[in-house]
Amino acid sequence: MIIRSLFFATYRDMAGHDELAVELPSGARVADLVGSLRARGGGLARLPEKPVVAINMDYAPLATELADGDEVAFIPPVAGG
Amino acid sequence: MDGNFALVTEDAIDPSRMLGGALSPADGAALLFWGVVREQNDGRAVSQLEYSAYAPMAEREMLRIADEARARFGTGAIHVVHRVGRLEIGEASVAIAVASPHRAEAYEASRYVIEQLKQRVPVWKREGYVDGATEWVPGFTPAAEAAR
Repeated sequence: MIIRSLFFATYRDMAGHDELAVELPSGARVADLVGSLRARGGGLARLPEKPVVAINMDYAPLATELADGDEVAFIPPVAGG
Repeated sequence: MDGNFALVTEDAIDPSRMLGGALSPADGAALLFWGVVREQNDGRAVSQLEYSAYAPMAEREMLRIADEARARFGTGAIHVVHRVGRLEIGEASVAIAVASPHRAEAYEASRYVIEQLKQRVPVWKREGYVDGATEWVPGFTPAAEAAR
């Protein structure tokens, strides 16, 4: 299945991209996506092991199982206001 | 009953439109929280500021917060607007208009919305300093399952 990963602010700087399509086996969880991204090396190796993520615009735990076509946003500490 | 409203925009925020937009004939008061860019942060002179957002989620999360505040405090409509892009000192980065039949609830709801916004809404800011350096401003780590 294909997961659309989105990066913002410091994570965007690390990734060097706004988004990446990642292929994962079905049944994969968010933690597997994080591991796959970190294993790509480069700036992504600096992605935290336990980042805050949102799946399809809702905050979600790392144990959440993903579905094909999910949009997973990596959310560094927020600083609005 | 008029609806709550949330927006992420690159355009300057108009304070009178914010207040007028939230008010209905049932209200006896309206409060405007007006958050602006200041010239110093942690003792460093700031020359400019750039906000970025995960805009569709930021709008959804701001609307959720407005709905929570309205249900909790019993106000009228709550409108929340966050600016993105490059801002100068003195410009508004965020505006929260709370209309209410009575003033006490409006103050409480306004405070609730800005505090929750700072903790949950996916917006980031990068400061540019007078010495030419730029840095992402450290912020809050949202809970994996935000309180609903």
